Amino acid sequence: MLKKQLVIGVSIVLILVLSSIFAPLLARYNPNNINIDDALLSPSANHFFGTDQLGRDLFSRMLYGARVSLAVGIIAVGIAALVGLALGCIAGFFGRWVDTLIMRFLDIMLCFPVFFLILAVISILEPSVFNIMLVIGLTGWMSTARLVRAEVLSLKEREFILAARAIGASNSRIIIKHLIPNALGPVIVNAVLSVAGAILLESALSFLGLGIQPPTASWGNILAESKSSLGIAWWMSVFPGLAILITVLSFNMIGEGLRE
Amino acid sequence: MITYILKRLMGMIPLLLGIITISFIVIHLAPGKPTALQEAMNPKVTLQARQQLEKLYGLDKPLHTQYGQWLKMSLRFDFGRSFIDGRKVMEKIRERLPLTLFINIASLFIIFTFGILIGLKSASKPGSFFDTSAAVLTFICFAAPGFWLALLLKDLLGIRLHLLPVSGVNSLDFEYFSFGAKILDIAKHLALPIFISSVSGLAAISRYTRQNILEVLKQPFIRAARAKGLSPNFVLIKHALPNALLPIITILGLSIPGLLGGSVIFESIFALPGIGRLFYEAVMARDYPMIMAELSIGAVLTLLGNMAADIGYALADPRIRYRK
Repeated sequence: MLKKQLVIGVSIVLILVLSSIFAPLLARYNPNNINIDDALLSPSANHFFGTDQLGRDLFSRMLYGARVSLAVGIIAVGIAALVGLALGCIAGFFGRWVDTLIMRFLDIMLCFPVFFLILAVISILEPSVFNIMLVIGLTGWMSTARLVRAEVLSLKEREFILAARAIGASNSRIIIKHLIPNALGPVIVNAVLSVAGAILLESALSFLGLGIQPPTASWGNILAESKSSLGIAWWMSVFPGLAILITVLSFNMIGEGLRE
Repeated sequence: MITYILKRLMGMIPLLLGIITISFIVIHLAPGKPTALQEAMNPKVTLQARQQLEKLYGLDKPLHTQYGQWLKMSLRFDFGRSFIDGRKVMEKIRERLPLTLFINIASLFIIFTFGILIGLKSASKPGSFFDTSAAVLTFICFAAPGFWLALLLKDLLGIRLHLLPVSGVNSLDFEYFSFGAKILDIAKHLALPIFISSVSGLAAISRYTRQNILEVLKQPFIRAARAKGLSPNFVLIKHALPNALLPIITILGLSIPGLLGGSVIFESIFALPGIGRLFYEAVMARDYPMIMAELSIGAVLTLLGNMAADIGYALADPRIRYRK
């Protein structure tokens, strides 16, 4: 059952990644090409997912949107995992006041409602793709840091660390060569599950108009545009939402599958 | 118990200072002065508003003086006046808070009642038809973006079927309604927002309850209860459920930041005048005093929520309070 979950999840994500990489080959239209004559066409053989109110092909826009959503999700989580790994290792390994300092900082970060914090920072910086990745990443490292710290705390008491120390390995060598590789398992599971969360966050931000800015397509901002044709063009709200749902579901499936 | 509470309260002080400090850093994130950016991005900002901002944050003074000023303001909950209409920030928040509180409390009520019931029913017969369909449904609900569900339901129930109103808290001719009709009108307007903001929490809590009950059912005292000849339902409800529910107290406390974040989205979609929408409007207009006020208050609420959860847990489970 769980193996099946993992296989399904991985295959869907692979299909998504491949189709976003090869978007220029798969898309039959330029995603930003406005053609008012073809506005709000329902799904057909020419336009698989129909067109939006500016006559842009929805299928092509969603292919390009997949690029943005996946890239933001994966890179943001990469940033979060790196920061979490570094801070968790340092806190767990050095202990004492370093640990207290880092863990207190973590507690404080956890007090901020993440969505409020992200919106506040985005309101000050500009909502570019880069800033969004950075902000989602820098507000999402706390769970990883906690996990890594707990792992390191138990790992550093083991004999092989003592052995490494006995043959004169430096602190940085012990951390990089011995602690990080051994603590990586739970970090990866956590990261896969966080990609799902980050994709949801990005789509919510774009939906509110504070994420990816049009005309660059993202699943969230296509949904935002669908608000004005609610009741007229069901395809504009159904397909991008389904895409988000399926992507998040697959990342969750992979994460759950890996955890076992 | 009192020592425990006092200890927790003392522990809050450094966190509170930390929250204030991070908010201070956020407002200074802007390259140069926050006012310079404001001017560049928003042509509507007048010289007066800029001077007001400079005065508010003491931006013409050295950094440590600014920090002191920010500290004083935060502790007094005095965040100055909104750029949008010049009204006191706290006054505007106080006006909008009841609606957000009402929606969130209602959805918490739904989440916990139905979540626990579904979890209980699933755990009573693992692998049954009910359990598997609940599992699939919760997995999907957990992954579905709430704003998308809101959009679809608004389209279906509001626009196509005309069953429910799609925005606002009450109808235009609200004033002329009788008392009963008024309540019905508000209920109709809030039904969708409350339902939508419960969906993902409902999925999480039902999964969580199921898992915990199954975990507790493995323990020796359950075997003892069964060995005495108690009925399976009695064991489930009287022995397993209370033990499985203990950790849920913590989740209740931890759910505050998520609810606040969610209210930004749902209140925007359904045009509800709560603090979520207030925050969204503030972000769109770069109304810094309002943004900073809500950010700080949100963090303090979260802190209080965590603390209430800790104390609640200690009250319910004596093992916690005597551990340290």
